[in-house]
Amino acid sequence: METRQILETIKMIEEEKLDIRTITMGISLLDCIDSDGVKARQKIYNKITRLAKDLVKVGEEITSEFGIPIINKRISVTPIALIAGASDDKDYVEFAKTLDAAAKTVGVNFIGGFSALVQKGYHKGDEILIDSIPRALAETERVCASVNIGSTQTGINMDAVRKMGEVIKASAELTKDNQSMGCAKLVVFANAVEDNPFMAGAFHGVGEADCVINVGVSGPGVVKRALEKVKGESFDMVAEVIKKTAFKITRMGQLVGHEASTRLGVKFGIVDLSLAPTPAIGDSVAHILEEMGLEVVGTHGTTAALAMLNDAVKKGGVMACGHVGGLSGAFIPVSEDAGMIDAVNKGALNLEKLEAMTCVCSVGLDMVAIPGDTSAATISAIIADEAAIGVINHKTTAVRIIPAVGMKVGDNVEFGGLLGHAPIMPVNPFNSDAFIARGGRIPAPIHSFKN
Amino acid sequence: MKTILTVIGKDKTGIIAGISQKLFALNINILDVSQTIMGDYFTMIMLLDLSQITTSFEETKAELVQTGEKLKVKVNIQREEIFDAMHRL
Repeated sequence: METRQILETIKMIEEEKLDIRTITMGISLLDCIDSDGVKARQKIYNKITRLAKDLVKVGEEITSEFGIPIINKRISVTPIALIAGASDDKDYVEFAKTLDAAAKTVGVNFIGGFSALVQKGYHKGDEILIDSIPRALAETERVCASVNIGSTQTGINMDAVRKMGEVIKASAELTKDNQSMGCAKLVVFANAVEDNPFMAGAFHGVGEADCVINVGVSGPGVVKRALEKVKGESFDMVAEVIKKTAFKITRMGQLVGHEASTRLGVKFGIVDLSLAPTPAIGDSVAHILEEMGLEVVGTHGTTAALAMLNDAVKKGGVMACGHVGGLSGAFIPVSEDAGMIDAVNKGALNLEKLEAMTCVCSVGLDMVAIPGDTSAATISAIIADEAAIGVINHKTTAVRIIPAVGMKVGDNVEFGGLLGHAPIMPVNPFNSDAFIARGGRIPAPIHSFKN
Repeated sequence: MKTILTVIGKDKTGIIAGISQKLFALNINILDVSQTIMGDYFTMIMLLDLSQITTSFEETKAELVQTGEKLKVKVNIQREEIFDAMHRL
């Protein structure tokens, strides 16, 4: 027995908030397709509740036996636009309600997959689904929606970008009595990945097996503590420490994922090597960057620090597990990270810097609150900017933005729980209306001559 | 099931006695023990074999944690695999 290692592990869990952020069961609904919407929904409910009935129980057993907290147990399903598109239904809110009911029955806190993939164009189901999103999010509690509007192979569907600005506005409006919470459950992606276990953007891609378990690990606190021990040392050392720490964190994810998949009798998919923050003290990605020597996150040097962190996490994690996937890297949601919230309040972090940071992090503008009177076209333009970064740079980017109804810069929107709270950030006051009004498709970028 | 039990707290008499008595009562075999004082803190690590327990893991864990509370020390019990996974290739 190595006393030091045992104590280190316990300390990482107890004090540094190391956890398994989520085990997400991906379930294919392709065999639930039916021309009769009622029948399709019955099949969906039956399949989800059958496959996921022990998910929460197994998660809790593992937490207890291994002493490692598993914070979320969740489900992702095949994009509903594909499933519901076969029916004659004119809106898909009922499908969302079915997912919600199934999630409640099995006890998971979120179910993702009220989604459409429209990077190149719409089919019938996509259009209906996107139109249904605002009501679906307002009238359900646990359903998460996502729409993929661009990819490196296909370019950016600017019609969908325009539409999503309107959908986000409508979602905010319909949930205005609840802090515009609908928008916190809606992600707009470019280059979406099919095995991402993290909400709100999780869905179960059509290339996946019938049912898999994906795991998302997290431990910003552990990385921060590890870096405290190498204060003032060179970046060679910093990178090395992050790599080693990421390795240990990921090994834990691999073990938990393997154990969960064995107990549930379900294939093990991937480990998402992530540093996902929570609003709790000691669990912030921003604080890792500050530990590297930045006074406040958002100041000059932040992008470089984040790039290095992201890369080192991947390098350390890849060796530690069999199959890596998902989004993998550091997440920088504003409302869910104590350090990010502070940085916005201090005026160190603005939307422009966040956008720059998304060029090197694992996702994008995440849990950012903006004034409620921001126009749909401006939101679309923000989405287009993010999508362009993803499409040109062969990476996933996303926008989860909340135009908080009735709020202005200086106000604070409170979501509660893991979603935290977000100061309202100013947007550029000049409009992009004519730009967004064009629609059409921005062509796919050329793949050679990369710069 | 092999598990690692750790006991951490302010040093005083009777900690080892209290814990090992409880383990005996729960039909748990001690495979290995190491104990040291780190700073002011009593730190004990035990490798345990839980294959003979008569109650569930959940209840066993609860009893041990409770024993720890009575002795004013923090008791942790976790499956051995988690330590192996993290530190061994």
